[in-house]
Amino acid sequence: MTRPMKPSLKQTRLMMGMPITVEIAEPGASPDTLDAVFAYFARVDDTFSTYKDTSEIARINRGELDKRQYSDDVTLVFALSEQTRLETDGYFNIWRNGQCDPSGLVKGWAIHNAEAILQVHGHRNYFIDAGGDIAISGLKNGRAWRVGIRNPFNRAEIVKVLALTDLGIATSGTAIRGQHIYDPHQPDAELTDVLSLTVVGPNVYEADRFATAAFAMGRRGITFIEHVPGFEGYMIDAHAQATFTSGFERYTLTHVESD
Amino acid sequence: MKKLLVSAAIIGVFAIYILLFGRAATSTVAPPTQGGASVASSPTSPTSAGTTPPGSLYKNGSFTGGSADAQWGMVQVQAIVQNGRLTDVKFLTYPNERSRSVEINSYAIPQLTTEAIQAQNAQVDIVSGATDTSFAFMQSLSDALTQAQA
Repeated sequence: MTRPMKPSLKQTRLMMGMPITVEIAEPGASPDTLDAVFAYFARVDDTFSTYKDTSEIARINRGELDKRQYSDDVTLVFALSEQTRLETDGYFNIWRNGQCDPSGLVKGWAIHNAEAILQVHGHRNYFIDAGGDIAISGLKNGRAWRVGIRNPFNRAEIVKVLALTDLGIATSGTAIRGQHIYDPHQPDAELTDVLSLTVVGPNVYEADRFATAAFAMGRRGITFIEHVPGFEGYMIDAHAQATFTSGFERYTLTHVESD
Repeated sequence: MKKLLVSAAIIGVFAIYILLFGRAATSTVAPPTQGGASVASSPTSPTSAGTTPPGSLYKNGSFTGGSADAQWGMVQVQAIVQNGRLTDVKFLTYPNERSRSVEINSYAIPQLTTEAIQAQNAQVDIVSGATDTSFAFMQSLSDALTQAQA
């Protein structure tokens, strides 16, 4: 009934206010490698956290730093954020009332960078999941990784099963930490009709930033994803209706073999 | 007008919700540096294997919130508190059948497909999702957490 499990190394830590899970589905992976990945996330959090007074972002928001004093990472993330803003009709915007919050891009960016740590150690079959945004590489026990889309009405349930390899997936929604996404064109409007928008893209960085921007578009977000080549999306609205893009079903697992 | 009222109510509940969870989170979230709390393999359960923190907000046990009208059906949740922390929230009731929304039909473009979401039984390796959101969920949860106050 159960397929023989190959050796796999998996660990979850609570960091940056969310569970971060890394699994390497290969024999001989070292716990030191996982430590290096988690240490990287800790460094990113130290720099980008909007909750830590000592972070570079907090210092920038207090007006303590001049642009020339920004670290390379912050400069890069600001540039990537600006690029994303332009690519998404202004819906992606890390600036609000003179304060910046690049969380909507940093998470995917950091996960994508953390992949490099695994790759340097020779790993090709793994996933890195930070709060539901996931980098997926290679295979698990000889088949594509199976990824469930969570039911926004019942966190214990999944409503879709995808088979993914060498891709990124990200879900934006009204997360448990509170409404963390807003529409920059109507900053005071709550986004309530779309409960979750899942985007599959070429990597987790791309999936995350487009999921964030498309979610801010409300119902139009799924149409936006439809028009971005190489991306597919699955939107769940407050009526428990799902709307998905034309190529989405290539990822769905409709007949799950009983393994 | 109704939408405005609903929006205002939702903003209010979000504020309460953030407060509740903000406080709960201080005890669940480990320091984000060296040796942060490791948890068991379930990626969907943000709980750490800690002991009861001093000055817990909540009593241990299961607390059932009132049934709340989500406009498309009734929602009722149960809060599970272990070691003084909210460890799980279960849906006892949530709407299964809804009429197809007129709004989405008028919005849909030919390439997009709609379907009613349906729970899947398959085993998965990972889960992607935004977490609990609905207004009714928060109403019911607030009720459950009020009962759980230590």
